[in-house]
Amino acid sequence: MDLAFSKEEIAFREEVRAFFRDKVPPETRRKMVEGRHLSKDEMIAWWRILNKKGWGVSHWPKEYGGTGWTSVQHYIFNEELQMHPAPAPLAFGVSMVGPVIYTFGNEKQKQQYLPRIANVDDWWCQGFSEPGSGSDLASLKTKAERKGDKYIINGQKTWTTLAQHADMIFCLCRTDTNAKKQMGISFIVFDMKSKGVTVRPIETIDGGHEVNEVFFDDVEVPVENLIGEENKGWDYAKFLLGNERTGIARVGVSKERLRRIKDLASKVEQNGKPVIEDQGFREKLAACEIELKALELTQLRVVADEGKHGKGKPNPASSVLKIKGSEIQQTTTELLMEVIGPFAAPYDVHGDDGSNETMDWTAQIAPSYFNNRKVSIYGGSNEIQRNIITKAVLGL
Amino acid sequence: MDFDLSEEQRLLKESIDGLLTDSYDFDARKKYQKEKGGWSKAVWGKLAEQGLLGLPFAEADGGFGAGAVETMIVMEALGKALVLEPYLATVVIGGGFLRHGGSAEQKAAHIPGIIDGSKTFAFAQLEKNSRYDLADVSTTAKKGSGWVIDGEKFVVLNGENADTLIVTARTKGGRQDKTGIGVFLVPASAKGVTRKGYPTQDGLHAADITFTGVEVGADAPIGDPENGLALIERVVDEARTAMCAEAVGAMDESLKSTVEYLKTRKQFGVAIGTFQTLQHRAADMFVALEQARSMSMFATMAADFDSAKERATAVAAAKVQIGKSGKFIGQQSIQLHGGIGMTQEAKIGHYFKRLTMIENTFGDTDYHLRRVTDAGGLV
Repeated sequence: MDLAFSKEEIAFREEVRAFFRDKVPPETRRKMVEGRHLSKDEMIAWWRILNKKGWGVSHWPKEYGGTGWTSVQHYIFNEELQMHPAPAPLAFGVSMVGPVIYTFGNEKQKQQYLPRIANVDDWWCQGFSEPGSGSDLASLKTKAERKGDKYIINGQKTWTTLAQHADMIFCLCRTDTNAKKQMGISFIVFDMKSKGVTVRPIETIDGGHEVNEVFFDDVEVPVENLIGEENKGWDYAKFLLGNERTGIARVGVSKERLRRIKDLASKVEQNGKPVIEDQGFREKLAACEIELKALELTQLRVVADEGKHGKGKPNPASSVLKIKGSEIQQTTTELLMEVIGPFAAPYDVHGDDGSNETMDWTAQIAPSYFNNRKVSIYGGSNEIQRNIITKAVLGL
Repeated sequence: MDFDLSEEQRLLKESIDGLLTDSYDFDARKKYQKEKGGWSKAVWGKLAEQGLLGLPFAEADGGFGAGAVETMIVMEALGKALVLEPYLATVVIGGGFLRHGGSAEQKAAHIPGIIDGSKTFAFAQLEKNSRYDLADVSTTAKKGSGWVIDGEKFVVLNGENADTLIVTARTKGGRQDKTGIGVFLVPASAKGVTRKGYPTQDGLHAADITFTGVEVGADAPIGDPENGLALIERVVDEARTAMCAEAVGAMDESLKSTVEYLKTRKQFGVAIGTFQTLQHRAADMFVALEQARSMSMFATMAADFDSAKERATAVAAAKVQIGKSGKFIGQQSIQLHGGIGMTQEAKIGHYFKRLTMIENTFGDTDYHLRRVTDAGGLV
């Protein structure tokens, strides 16, 4: 048992840190620090820099452009990326559909899609949730009917993150309406420019536009766009959701935010002295840091375990990561609210292109607090995570 | 970075778990509690036989040269079985003072007796008004040809049975001064030592001890009698770390028993573990346990940190997490057991009581949160 990183791992951390320092566009970093939305072009520009370095799809197998890093190296890379901070690779392509395609797709699909995912030539979005299918995902109704060499797709998806930027969607569709609900689902990918696809924005409580409703009205998709076998989509979805368990803790994001809180709290005054000197506030901050340290250690235990024993059998501690990770992220946004106090109120709407930035950093604090309520809801709500612990760990 | 146990460590764990499974069920514990001083000489002998009492001592001193991880393994096992025997007082604390501060003569005089199980120790530190401040010492030690000790110490674990007391006493300065504190080896049989023993709320045994003109030799101080605080802090941090592991063992077992109870207890015609509100409570207990386990490991591995300040902050942070998790798991274990959890007869309440007392030993959650805060946090 040893907490220390090896010499090689420390050198790797230095290399990664230096790369971010030199290569992340300063404007991109500034917007990340201030919790602002990045434009599509800003994100793609950064991801292509990352891909050029060979780190765009770091955890993929080497033959498809991956790095062959150890699980500890992946951990270090993610932590440095989150702490810099810089935008994480687009999860829908890199972490979700990519692994499904290289694991279950045919040769043609691999050649057609994988390099374009790595370079973000295609922006992918995820067509899973539906208005009536949230935590109970398998109850989804979007239908794909086979007609000759085409599927005809009808239905509606929702909470589709950044669909307004998307070129491609991967979709869970019902292909057998008679089968038990998990059995009749297929994993189909298609072009968002197809006739019959309509994207409508959903404005969230922070005033932002991240998520959308997506409607399918007799959308024609070639049958070759089916990934894997028909009616096996639920298996692929479970595989997809089981990937990247450790990234979900977002320890680096919370670390970066805690540093920012300390920085801002030393500038904002209360009773004639900086907020950071208030004992009550400092103790809340320290309590959050202790929770985060515990989570970081829990995450390292999972990472070390995966490195040694493979990803086959999930470490029971991994289910803790989502619950605690989201709670801590939310706490950090609450602490920011506390720092800014009454100046949280002024409202500053700005476009996704970052225009209309009339206010200083204070304007993003309340929206970021509101927006972060989502983290205990998405990716399997924290209540679903407790169900998982109940069944998979405690055997109840 | 590695969180796995080595082959030797795994064998150690198997060996102590095996020993306790054989000799330490709940009924046996009740019997041991009634023996003089509140624990079993026979069990202590078995721990000695298996070499567990010699683990942390250097090979040159007759020990095994084991580190903090081995202590963690042992303490976790002791926590699972709610062991009463004075491992913490004797091996971790008594042994810790000797290892980190003892002269060659002191080591030679005391370590063999610890290792073979013939002698136990107690740490006489707490005073009426010192609470958690290790520098708050009113007991005095005055220098003559040797030293003369006067003062009162409270809630000294294993105080009634111990052969040797390790006493903190002021040699110079005012009550809360950080300098002028010494650590003294005092034979429990010395003239002027009065011990009043009693059982503690969690079933252990302690004593209040009065020192009235107790004369000890010039060789009684461990280390510099005027600058003992750093040594005390170091050993107490090791004791806190050990207690964190003990608490993890107790929490682990509490959760296991509770889950077992949820599976077997029936109400409304079904096992109560089928109710989601109870399932989610148990899931939250698991989260609290794993966070505590992580911080116990963190404190354990911090023993190798170069910076004393970082080491102390890590231990304080662990104590905060263990305090919170222990309170949550302890209370919810009782709640989920319902009425049966309220009875002395059921084991579950005894875990709750031990966890409660661990929180209030060597600094509670608020005290350690303040330490982490004053150190500037962890990020």
